[in-house]
Amino acid sequence: MSNVIGIPVAAPHASTTNSAGRVMAIVMAALAPATLFGFWLYGWPAIYLWLVTVAAATLGEAFCLRLMGRQASPVLFDGSAALTGWLLALSLPPWAPWWIGAFGGLFATVLGKQVFGGLGQNLFNPAMVARVALLISFPVQMTAWIAPLPIFSAAAPGPIDGLLILLKGLPPAFDAVASASLLGFAKTEMSRGIDLLQAMAHAPLQAWYGSRPGSLGETAAWLIAGGGVALMFLRIISWHIPLAMLAGIALPAAILHAVDPARYLDATTHLLSGGAMLGAFFIATDYVTSPNTPRGQLIFGAGCGLLTWIIRTWAGYPEGVAFAVLLMNSLTPIIDSYVKPRIYGRDRKGVALEPGK
Amino acid sequence: MGFFERIFREPRWGVHPDDHKRPAADAPLRVLPPPARLYLPLHQHVGGAARPVVLVGQKVLKGQLLAEAQGNISAPIHAPVSGTVAAIGEVTAPHPSGLGFAAISIDSDGEGRWIETEPALDPFALAPEEIARRTAAAGVVGLGGATFPAAVKFALGKRLAVSTLIVNGGECEPYLSSDDRIMRDHADQVVDGARIVMHAIGAREALVGIEDNKPEAIAAMQKAAAAYPEVKIRPVPARYPMGSDKQLIQTLTGKEVPADARAAEVGVLVHNVSTCAAVHQAIRLGRPLVERIVTINGGAVARPGNIFAPLGTLADELLAFCGLKETPARLILGGPMMGTPLLHGKVPLVKGASGILAFDAREAAVPKAGPCIRCGSCTQACPMGLLPLEMAARIRAGDLDGAVDFALSDCIACGGCAYVCPSHIPLVQYFSHAKGELAARERARLRTEAAKRLAEARLARLARESREKAAAAARRKAERDAAKAKAAARAEGAPA
Repeated sequence: MSNVIGIPVAAPHASTTNSAGRVMAIVMAALAPATLFGFWLYGWPAIYLWLVTVAAATLGEAFCLRLMGRQASPVLFDGSAALTGWLLALSLPPWAPWWIGAFGGLFATVLGKQVFGGLGQNLFNPAMVARVALLISFPVQMTAWIAPLPIFSAAAPGPIDGLLILLKGLPPAFDAVASASLLGFAKTEMSRGIDLLQAMAHAPLQAWYGSRPGSLGETAAWLIAGGGVALMFLRIISWHIPLAMLAGIALPAAILHAVDPARYLDATTHLLSGGAMLGAFFIATDYVTSPNTPRGQLIFGAGCGLLTWIIRTWAGYPEGVAFAVLLMNSLTPIIDSYVKPRIYGRDRKGVALEPGK
Repeated sequence: MGFFERIFREPRWGVHPDDHKRPAADAPLRVLPPPARLYLPLHQHVGGAARPVVLVGQKVLKGQLLAEAQGNISAPIHAPVSGTVAAIGEVTAPHPSGLGFAAISIDSDGEGRWIETEPALDPFALAPEEIARRTAAAGVVGLGGATFPAAVKFALGKRLAVSTLIVNGGECEPYLSSDDRIMRDHADQVVDGARIVMHAIGAREALVGIEDNKPEAIAAMQKAAAAYPEVKIRPVPARYPMGSDKQLIQTLTGKEVPADARAAEVGVLVHNVSTCAAVHQAIRLGRPLVERIVTINGGAVARPGNIFAPLGTLADELLAFCGLKETPARLILGGPMMGTPLLHGKVPLVKGASGILAFDAREAAVPKAGPCIRCGSCTQACPMGLLPLEMAARIRAGDLDGAVDFALSDCIACGGCAYVCPSHIPLVQYFSHAKGELAARERARLRTEAAKRLAEARLARLARESREKAAAAARRKAERDAAKAKAAARAEGAPA
C-alpha cells in the first residue's frame, strides 16, 4: 500500500485541552490567597517552611522517578508533587523547624505516593499520611503553635531572623508568642476538669477573619473556603464531598452543643478551627483517594466529617481531620464497589428495565 | 448559568467538543461532476452482502439494480451513473484494516441517463407494506452511520405498533454538517419523508430532534412542517452524543430504552433526517439511493463544505474537488468522535458516510497518555452511566470479566470519556480491544463446543457401528451354527 496517511488510531480523533497539570495549577491558584494570608500572618519562618516542604516533596518524587529509571521532568511538570507538599505545608505549625517540612515532604511523595506506583495509584492521601507520621513521631514540634505576628509588625522576625528560626528553632526572644490552638486549648482545659463555659473566657484570641494561632490553612478558613467555592464553580471539584464533610462536623456539633454547651464546642468553632475547611475543600476532595460517584462522595464526605468530630470530641488528639480522611480513604475502594451509578436502561441493581414501564 | 446552578446542578451526561461545523456548514451545497469510474462495495449496510446481478461489460442506466439483497437483513446496490460495468472484484474497504472488499466498478458514460422510475403520486394511498417494499427495493439504509436497512425497521415498527417516530437531526458529531445541509436545503423532502415513514409504521406523531447549534436548519424545518401538525420540530441542547438513538429518545420523550431491548419496544422508532429524505426520493420519485450529501472538512481542506456526490466516488476525488491545503495528517471516514481512520484516500464513498475529514498535523496530534488520576470526568461524561475508569483499569490488568461486570457490553463507544479525559487515556481503544477479545473468546468457546459435540458424536457413531458389527457378526454366527446344526441333524436323521 503506497503513501499511507497517518496511523490507524482509535476514535475519538479529538481531545480536550484539559490536563492533569491544568487541574493541579487551578487547585494551586485556589490555595494561593489563603497561603499568602498565612505568610502575612506568620512572616518569614512560615514562607521558608513552605518552600522547604514543597521542595522536599518535589525532590522525593524526582528521586523515586529516577530510581525507577523514568524521566522525571514530565512527571514533575504535572505539579502533583508540589501540590502535595503545599497542602502538607498548610497543615504544619507555621514556625516548625526545617526538618519537619523536609521529612514531611519526602515522606509524603516517597512513602505516601511513589511506593504505590505514583500518581493515581496511592490509597491514602499523601499529604495526610505525612502529617500523621509527623504528628506521631514529633508530637512536640507538631503542636508548637504560635500567636499571629504579622510580617510587617515591629516584633516580627525579619528575613534573617526568620531563617534562623527555621534552622535553629524558636529562640527564647520569641517565647512570648507561643500559644495553643483553640482545639488544643479546649482539650487541655477539659482534661484539667475546667468546663468549656469557663475555659472560653480566656481562650486564645480569635479574630473572625482568621487571625488566630494555628496552621497556615487553619487561620485562613474563609479564604480556604473561598478557594474551595471557586474550585466548585470551575467544576474542578463537585459540592458533594465538601458539603457532606462540613455537615458531618457541624450537625453533631450543633446538636450536642445545644444539649450540653459546657462539654461540647459549638458548630461554628468546629468549622473554623483546625483543618476543617482545608480538609473539606482540598484534602478530602483529592481525586485519587476519594470515591468517584456523587453518592459515594456524599458517604465519604459525611464519614470524614463525622470521624473528625468524634476524634476532636472524644479521642486523645485535639484535631482529627488527617485521621478521619485516612480512615475514609481506606474505605474508598469499598464505597466504590458498592455505590455505582445507575446504568441507562437498567435499575440500580443492574437488571434491565421492563419495556412496558 | 447562575452561580448556584453551576455548583449544584448535577452534571449530566455528555461532552461539549468544539464543533468546527462552520464555515463548512454555511457553504452552499456543491454538486460533484460524476467521476470517470465508481467503485460500489457490495456490503454497505448492516446484514448480508448484496449479490451482483450484472455482468462485466454490461451497459447500465443510473438507478439500475447492480446487486440484489441477500437474506432477511440486507440491501440492494444500484448504479449511481449510467455507463458500463468495468469489473466485479476487490477494492479497498473503508475500514482501518485496509483489506479488500467485493465491489462492482462502473465506468461512467457521463450522460447520467436514469432508468424508468415508478413514482408514487400519493404515497398515503399505498399500503404500509408496499412502502416498505419500495423502500427496501431502493436500497435505503440508515444514513446517520448505522446503515441498518430502513425497511426492516419499518416492519419492526409496524409489528410493535410504534406510536412515535423520532427523526434524528441531532448531528452531534463535530465537523459534520450533511444533515444540517439537507435540512436547510431540502426541509420539504425531509418532512415529506418523515410523513411517509409515519404512514409506513403507523406512527401518530413525528418528533424531529435538532441540536440548537443549527438555528437555520430549525427555522427551515419549522417552515416546512408548518402545514403538518403531526410533525413537531423539537430543538434539543447541543451536547455530544445527543444524536445517539438512546439519548435522543430520552431527551425527547423521557423514555429509557431498556438494556438489551430495541427502541420500538418502548413505542418509538428513530430515523435519521437524511434517511427520511432518501425515503421521499424512493417513494415519491421512485429513485433508489445512489447519491448522498457528504461533508468534506478538516484543517487540510482548502474549501470545506458539503458535496452532493454519487456513491462509489473515491475519497481522493472528493478531497481534490474541495482542494487540499497540505497533505492530510489523518483521514477519517465519519466524524472525529466515532469515525474510522482511513489509511489512504482510495476508498469509495458508501451509503453510511456522512463525512470525510482531512486533518492537518495539529488536529491529528495524539496527546501522550498519562496515568488515571481518578478525576471522574469520564463517569460524568458517559451517557450510559458507566464507569469508564473502572472498566479500563480492569482491562489494563487483563481482567476482562471484571470489565464485563462493570457493564462493558452497554458501552456505545461514543468516545465522550476518551475525549474528556485530562490524562488523554485512549479509553475507547481499551473497550474496543476488550470487546474484540471477548468476541474472539466467545467464538473460540463455540468452536470448542462444536468440536466437542462432533467428537462425541463420532465416538458415539463408532461405538454404535462396532456394536452393530458385533451384533451382525453374532447373528451371522448364530445363523451358521443353526445351519450347521440343521445339517447335522439331517445327516443324523438320515437312514444309514
